[in-house]
Parts: sequence; C-alpha cells; structure tokens
Amino acid sequence: MAEFKLPANSVLKIGKTYPAPEGARNIKIFKVYRYDPSNGENPSIDTFHVDMDNCGPMVLDALLKIKSDTDASVSLRRSCREGICGSCSMNIDGQNTLACTKAIDDIKGDVTVYPLPHQPVVKDLVSDLTNFYAQYASVEPWLKSDTPAPPDQERLQSVDDRKQLDGLYECIMCACCSTSCPSYWWNSDRFLGPAALLNAYRWISDSRDDATGERLDELEDPFKLYRCHTIMNCTNACPKDLNPAKAIASIKKLMVERKG
Amino acid sequence: MSIKDYKIIDHEYDVVIVGAGGAGLRATLGMATAGLSTACITKVFPTRSHTVAAQGGMSAALANMGEDNWKWHMYDTVKGSDWLGDQDAIEYMCREAIPAVIELEHYGVPFSRTEEGKIYQRPFGGMTTNYGEGTAQRTCAAADRTGHAILHTLYQQSLKHKAEFFIEYFATDLIMDDGVCRGVMAWDLATGDLHRFRGHEVVLATGGSGRTFFSATSAHTCTGDGNAMVLRAGLPLQDMEFVQFHPTGVYGAGVLITEGVRGEGGYLTNSEGERFMERYAPNAKDLASRDVVSRAMTKEINAGRGVGADKDHLYLNLQHLGPEVINERLPGIAESARIFSGVDVSKDPIPVLPTVHYNMGGIPTNYRGEVVTINGGDPDSVVPGLMAIGEAACVSVHGANRLGSNSLLDIVVFGRAAAIRAAEVIEPNTSHKLLDEAITSKLLERFDKIRYADGGTPTAVIRDKMQRTMQKHAAVFRTGETLQEGVDLMKDVFTSFADVGVTDRSMQWNTDLVETLELDNLLIQAQTIMAGANNREESRGGHAREDFTERDDENWMKHTLAWVNDKGEVNFDYRPVHMYTLTDDCEVIPPKKRVY
Repeated sequence: MAEFKLPANSVLKIGKTYPAPEGARNIKIFKVYRYDPSNGENPSIDTFHVDMDNCGPMVLDALLKIKSDTDASVSLRRSCREGICGSCSMNIDGQNTLACTKAIDDIKGDVTVYPLPHQPVVKDLVSDLTNFYAQYASVEPWLKSDTPAPPDQERLQSVDDRKQLDGLYECIMCACCSTSCPSYWWNSDRFLGPAALLNAYRWISDSRDDATGERLDELEDPFKLYRCHTIMNCTNACPKDLNPAKAIASIKKLMVERKG
Repeated sequence: MSIKDYKIIDHEYDVVIVGAGGAGLRATLGMATAGLSTACITKVFPTRSHTVAAQGGMSAALANMGEDNWKWHMYDTVKGSDWLGDQDAIEYMCREAIPAVIELEHYGVPFSRTEEGKIYQRPFGGMTTNYGEGTAQRTCAAADRTGHAILHTLYQQSLKHKAEFFIEYFATDLIMDDGVCRGVMAWDLATGDLHRFRGHEVVLATGGSGRTFFSATSAHTCTGDGNAMVLRAGLPLQDMEFVQFHPTGVYGAGVLITEGVRGEGGYLTNSEGERFMERYAPNAKDLASRDVVSRAMTKEINAGRGVGADKDHLYLNLQHLGPEVINERLPGIAESARIFSGVDVSKDPIPVLPTVHYNMGGIPTNYRGEVVTINGGDPDSVVPGLMAIGEAACVSVHGANRLGSNSLLDIVVFGRAAAIRAAEVIEPNTSHKLLDEAITSKLLERFDKIRYADGGTPTAVIRDKMQRTMQKHAAVFRTGETLQEGVDLMKDVFTSFADVGVTDRSMQWNTDLVETLELDNLLIQAQTIMAGANNREESRGGHAREDFTERDDENWMKHTLAWVNDKGEVNFDYRPVHMYTLTDDCEVIPPKKRVY
C-alpha cells in the first residue's frame, strides 16, 4: 500500500506557547504556523492566547495584535485590511480566505492559521506565489483587438455587454481558489488553476476583445484547462464570492460549441 | 556584523521607478514603451498597491452625461484647492484628463456604461458646471471599484509590454551624490539580498503616509517611504500640513465608503435625523468639498448631535436608492458595510466618521514630474535625477484640499507626464557615473543599525504613540495650543526611536525590520505634518485653525517647504503659488471666498 509521508524537514513540530496577559478573561487560542528559513529547523505551530476584550473583530486584527504585543517576528503579508488588495490570503480554520475579512467570532474553538496550502513557504504565513503569477501572465490577460480604437473617444460597449464582465473582473488575485483545488495541488506545473482561467474567461467575455479563438486555442490542452474536475473548492473558497468553477465550465462549453 | 559583510547586487537602468500603484505603473509602461530600460521596484505585488482601494472614480470632462468642459473642471479644482494649487499644473491635469481616461478605456478598463455605450460618469463633491452653477457628472466609474479596475488593467498592460519588475523589494534610501540622484538602494524580501539600482532618473511613486495617524482609510503599507527618503536626502517636502479627512470612513474600522454614495444620491444625517449638510452648504449640500463636509460633521458631533451610544459618529443613508442602484453602482461598499459594520445598506444607514485619507502635500515637483527645490533664490530649481508622481508628489494640483476623483486622475496624468519627460531628457543606455563607495556605506550603516537595534521599546509601542498623538493633535480642527503640545510630544516620540528594539535579525521576509524601517519613515514625515500645521497661522482647505479661522492670502498664499534634520527639528521656507496658466487657452482664476 502506498505510504504518504511529509519529507523529514517538513514535519510539523510543537512550537512555543504564549499565555494571555494577566487579568484577561475573554481568551481565544490562535495556533499559528511558523517557519524560519534562516535557522534550518522544521516548521512548528506556536500557540498564542489572545485577549479578545482588547482585539479587533477580524483574524488579521488578532495576528497584528500578536505581532505587536507578543512576537514581532511573525511574518505575514497584509495591506488594505478591507478585502480588496488580496495580500493576506491564508488558510484559517481549514479554509482559504482573507484574514482581514474573516471574523474571529465565526470560528468555533481554537483558530488555526496556516499559509496557503501546497505552495512553497518562504517564511511563516508568507508563501511563494511565483508560479501562480506566471500562470496569470500566461493567459495574456490584456485587451486584444483587431480594430484600432477610435482616436478621440472610447470604444462603445452596451450596458448588457458590460454586465458580462460582472463576477469576473473583480478577481483580487489572492490565490485562495487555486490553492484550494486538489487538481492544482497535484498538477500546478501544468494545470493553470481557477484564478488564471477565470481571468482568461474575463477577456473571452469582453465584447471589446477579438481574440477569443486564439485564447481558446491556447487553453485547448489536456492539462491547462481540463484538469478541472468540477470539485468546486475554488468557488467555495473565493472571498469575493466569485465563481471560477462556472467560468471554467463556460470555457469548456465554448470549446465544445466551436467544434460544432 | 560589519557592513562589509553585506553583499550588494548591482543593476543599471535608464530609469528606476519606486512603487507600482497607478502612478508607478503608468510611468513604467510609458518609459518601457519609449525605449528606456526600465526597472520598477515595489514592496508589494503591483495589484496590491493602494490604488486598488480607490472606489468612486476618475474625473474627466468627457461630457458623456451632460454638458461639460475641462475649464470648468479646472475652476473646480482651483477652488477645491482653496487657491493653493498651482494653476499651470491644474490646467495641464484637467486638459489631459480627457485623453488619459480614453487611453485607459483603450487599455481595457471595464468602465460602467451609459445607455449609449459610453463611459458612465457620476456626480462627485465640488465638481460643477459653468464655474460653480450646476452639478457636473464628471467622475468616470467602474461601479465602485474604479481603482481596482484601473490598477489591474495597468498591470496587465505592463505584462503585455514586458516591463521589468522587482516585486517585494523594499526601497531603503536614495543614492545622492552632490545634489544629484544616482539611484536607489533596495532590499529583496524573498532572498534577503541587498540591491543597488542605478538610474539616470529615479521616479518616486511611493504614495502617501496615512499611517502616521491612528485611524486612516489608508492601507497598512501607506507609509510614505519615498517622502522619507527625500527628507533623509536633505530635500524638503511641501505643504505636509494639508491632510485630507474623508467624510465617510466606517466608524471603528476606518475603511473607506466612497463619496460616490453621495454622488448617487446618498446623504448624511445626525441624531435628529436631520440632513445637516443643507445648513452648511446650501447649494452643494452633501456634495460639498471633503474638507467642508468633514468640518460640518465634526461640528455636529461636537454639538451633541452625533449618533450611537457615545454620540461620536453620524449616519450615511442610502436605503432609499433601491436595490438596482446599489447592486449596479455600489456593490463594493454594500459588501464593506456588511463586513465591517454589520449593516444591510438596503435597510439601515452606515455609521461613519471623518477619517484620514490623503496627503495633499508631498515631494514638490513641476507639472513634468521633476522634483524641485529652492536653490539660490530659484523656487523652481530641478533636482537632477529625481522625479516624483502620484500621492507622493505635490505638483501641486490639489493645493489645500483635493477633490474626490482627482487622485486617480493625478496618478495617470502625471505618471504619463513623467514618462514623456524622461524620454526627453535621457539618452537610452548611456553609462552611469562611478559612485564613491562611501555613499553606499553610509546607507548600509543606517540599515544595519536598525536591523540590530536592541533598545527596550518595541516598534509597535512607538508607532502607537505616534499615531495617537497625530490623531489627537493634528485633527480636523486645530489650535495653536494643542498644536504646540503636539509638536513637543512628537519630538519625544521621534527621540524615542533611538531606543527601538527589533527582535528578528534575519534578512528573509523579516517583517519586524520592514515595519521598523517604515516607522522610521513615518516618524520623520509626521514631524513635517505637525510642525507645518503649527507654523501655518491661517485656515485653508484641509487645514482648519480655530485660532486663525480665515484664509490669509496676503501672508499665506504660498507653499510650505519643510526640511527635517536628524534630531527631528523642522526648518521652513516657502515657494510662491503658480498664479499663472500653462497656455493662453484659459485665464488665471483669481482668489475669492470659497462657498459651496
């Protein structure tokens, strides 16, 4: 029988435990993945007891409180803190999401905080998204038009044509979808993953873009597109309530339709 | 560890752009396509820059939804600036707005549309027709996610043109050699390596410093790193006392609710359910300029007419707009209101409070994006090798108060202007002057000193003290007494940085060190804001003094320049406001009383 084991240097150890400040009565426990590339040690889980009476409502608030009050070396990406920049994507309570819009109250029991799954970890909650970004660039996510734009005015687009982009253009590239997809875990070297495919479909759907044929040609590949098995984790994970699974299904449908 | 142990990786480019928000990306794109070898260094992945959070739109007198004229836009911007804006630059921006927004549409920005298929435009504060008579529909919008739409499109265009990015590189200092900027030092967070970028022009597109304050709509990363680098290089910042409070930050969380809500028909109410803006701005009402609305809100709260248990905020109502307008035009703020205040905007008002939002001040530049300073009596003397654009810069198109939707405009127009200028002054692939190693060593010493700082005060403690002091003493209304107290307190906070302690000594993704370097950057800028506010004895735009309640054109129609020494002491000088236009196509707008 096949045996699955983590490589020796990836096995998680039990890390440090930090108690709550004296007098704290409303305590929530945060279990945070730690990895420091500079000390050669295995990753570990540190346990932080956080005083919720002195903490903001979101998981990001708690992580920044931990960083300010307890251990300044905890590393994570964060910027806008309002769910639009996509920096603080991570795995919280078993789900990929944004720390800044994930309410602590919605989590029963201890809060586990891990980096995005199946990506190389640079440090603590910071994962290496190089491949994810390269896949995004590979779908050539820019307007391709055969006809030159009118020199002094905008290209016209009807209200209905513009509506086709709703639910697609809002992607914030947080990678929650792609890194929640088992197909992507197995084949991220060749399967483009839901985020890149959603963005491909965003341009296919744009009435101003003339390159649908070329875009479909590029995706006509057993791996790039067809490793999607409609698992739907992507759609469940998306913190912006987008539906990458539907976008992928739409691309597959266009593939069938053009074969006639 | 000695500074000799740091390995430095060298790069040579024609231009080096620091920052990849809207301004940085537009400049990168323009310079790369002009045939200049171009590097764009950014501390966050480009689409995570704070431009992404701009909601309401970008102004341009397209006249898609009613009569409009760029000269009316110019008038509104000058009036909005409370006559501290430079009229040559404002003319340039308002005129170039039209081709700039058309260009963005051609790049693929998913603007909302009119029935005719043109770019949708909404009303915004202070934007009028016929020199103040009617309400203009001038703000081009992609629902309420215009910044996101523009930033992602600009990044996509940069990919198309194969621009070279250095992502998650933190720029630490300018390389200055005898008054000339020769490049910039940066730290690669992923590998921990230090890099020395040489460029014939360094373009600072590093945004504002909202995080000097406790409550700001600004992202955590809005630490004005470029402004601080300029101050450390011995150059001044301009008009830093002018900080914009956005009327509608979500109470508590501080996240932004676009002025577009009021543009679409939303309004503010107090505890008596009264639409109080009618009393303060009888014509423009809720669409008066941001400084006017923020002051009115503060007065309402101070008069005991605030809402909530502590009567310390107000309500923004959009329940009456109906689901169609909300779903189509304002879906993003409906989401923000739900997440951050638990409000269903179709049923209940959003609790809001004036919140720090934008720095009108910044690095002084001309309308071409070149950094200027006073030199031997010349107030427009160009600093060779250095440019600044976007919120980091003070062109000055916003003067004492920026109009909503003029900042997305500013970044695109001046990002493009900087690219045009760089292509004019740089001969591609010319060699770089040899650098004295002592210059780099000095910059490394500072980096190393902060990395190994072993004082007793955590970064977060000093930051918290700075933010609370700024919030309390440089608020919507200011007076001499509290400002002087603020100056003294901020001097103590500045000095306390000598005792800062960094706990993480590593070089890879050491965010403890990043935050400490950012704090150092914030502290030096905070001095210019507080001292500048104390120094300017008048009320103008976003700077409202209770002890000098009127605008004083005779003594203060001038730009403040502020230098900060290594003790945190601020020195002032002044540049005249440009009361002239760029061409003969329009006339200078003379100062008059500012009424909405």
